[in-house]
Amino acid sequence: MNQNGILARIRRSEGASGLTIVSPTAVYAILLLAAPLATVLLFSVLTSENGHIVWAFSLENYQTVFSHPVYRAIMARSLTVSTLVTLATVVLAYPLAYYISFHVSASRKSLWLFLVTLPFWTSYIIRVSLWRVILGYNGVIDSALMDMGLIGEPLNILSNGVTSIVITLAHAYAPFAILPIFVSLEKVDRALLEAGQDLGESKLRTFWRVTLPLSMPGVIAAVLIVFIPTVGDYVTPELIGGGKVPMIANMIESQLLKQRDQALGSALSVTVMAIVAVVSILFLLLNRRFIGGQK
Amino acid sequence: MKAPSLRIYAIAYLIFLYAPIILLPMFAFNDSKVVQFPLKGFTLEWFQQMSNDAQLGIAVKNSLIIALSSSTLATTLGIFAARASTRFSFPAKGSIMGLIMLPMVLPEIIVAMSLLIVLLSIGVKLSLFTIILGHVLICTPFAVAILSSAFQSLDKSLEEAAYDLGETPLSTFRLIILPLVLPGIISAFLICFTISIDEFIIANFLGSGEAVLSVYIFGQFRFPAKVPSMLALGTILVLLSICLLTIAEYFRRRGIAKTGGKDTGGFL
Repeated sequence: MNQNGILARIRRSEGASGLTIVSPTAVYAILLLAAPLATVLLFSVLTSENGHIVWAFSLENYQTVFSHPVYRAIMARSLTVSTLVTLATVVLAYPLAYYISFHVSASRKSLWLFLVTLPFWTSYIIRVSLWRVILGYNGVIDSALMDMGLIGEPLNILSNGVTSIVITLAHAYAPFAILPIFVSLEKVDRALLEAGQDLGESKLRTFWRVTLPLSMPGVIAAVLIVFIPTVGDYVTPELIGGGKVPMIANMIESQLLKQRDQALGSALSVTVMAIVAVVSILFLLLNRRFIGGQK
Repeated sequence: MKAPSLRIYAIAYLIFLYAPIILLPMFAFNDSKVVQFPLKGFTLEWFQQMSNDAQLGIAVKNSLIIALSSSTLATTLGIFAARASTRFSFPAKGSIMGLIMLPMVLPEIIVAMSLLIVLLSIGVKLSLFTIILGHVLICTPFAVAILSSAFQSLDKSLEEAAYDLGETPLSTFRLIILPLVLPGIISAFLICFTISIDEFIIANFLGSGEAVLSVYIFGQFRFPAKVPSMLALGTILVLLSICLLTIAEYFRRRGIAKTGGKDTGGFL
């Protein structure tokens, strides 16, 4: 008779002690993350006058964000660049993840993963700046190719803002794509592949019909992990594009700090978050479908 | 070795990944003001120029203050969250942990700008301290991720044995749990340190214009004459990161071995 009461009490006390222990971290996140995000959301529907927020509700900021040609162009560019980067990164990463998972002996997998993640932990600013030096006019690529007599004129890849931003970001986010794909490939049951081949499928068809669908959750995770931060990337457009090809992040900065229009800046931030959320939800739904389809 | 073409591809990919890091020392020791082939000759001039840079000294000092404080704080907050999420079930666990891990999937510019808006509107003066506040926020999820796997592999019966032998929860934590997760703590600390010292967006926007390493490097790359000495600095930083990460990886593996788990490889 008493058993239920005691169990409930234990559960309650476990819940209480869990909450107590998590509270320092949770309070920190609420004060410095949830509250600021809520503020941005609030500011985005208010009005800005001479660098101050005025308590007048309006949706004008969003109207500006979605109808003004400059904002539309920058948003379209950000999305195009992120999509290209994501595509390039994931497509290039897949064969490598496949190689590590299927053709590297178990004892050396850790080493390969370590090698792949290592560049990611070295200074981001320096890596991005180096690409500027590599791709620039008479830079490393130009001078090396001209030395070998392969080209007569400097290519100056850097002058093509979008291409150089895509190359730089595809380099910067490579490990983020490789790791989730690798993890999902590791989970593929090798017996299924043998079964496929025993039943007369060619290697390529086994890959197409068994391995690829089974590794889709990893691919989708990779897409999200690359897409989300690249939409909001600030450094690369600034350093590589020389400020000439701004993306959303640079626009937010300029609205908030240079134009001092906090309301419009907030609306832009909220729009970025909304885009990220919509893309994430779409891909997560896609993922669920893949898992559901596998049974 | 089967699939030679895949192997060639993998090696080519690694070359792409390492290209900037290989070029870094090549041009840091190159006796020429412009960064291009062919290489001109060996010099230590850029390292000398770098070490005479007083502004750089201040930036390094400031960055060390920021990185040490934010990695200490983030690791401490990470211990609390990882312990709570691996050992207890509590109300609203999903949303609380989700909020704590959110900075990992939020574009950094949003974290920086929303914090900036709030700090400015409540009248907090920007300083090294405000950078630390931001860095703790973005480092904590990484600490939680690393520490959760350390806490996860703990054998719960060890803890129960300690209780049976009359230890209090606090002394059990100090005597049993802490030593077992210590490698995880060290590895989380080192990762947070690396992230903080490297971070640019928050350091740039939440700082008061006081020199900080990443912001300083960003600024210097705009002047072509300064590029070689920045490459020299980069060479040193890359060496430091590799050392720190190798140590972190060593402790992570030792931690896994200690608790009897199996190595699943990789940091993330």
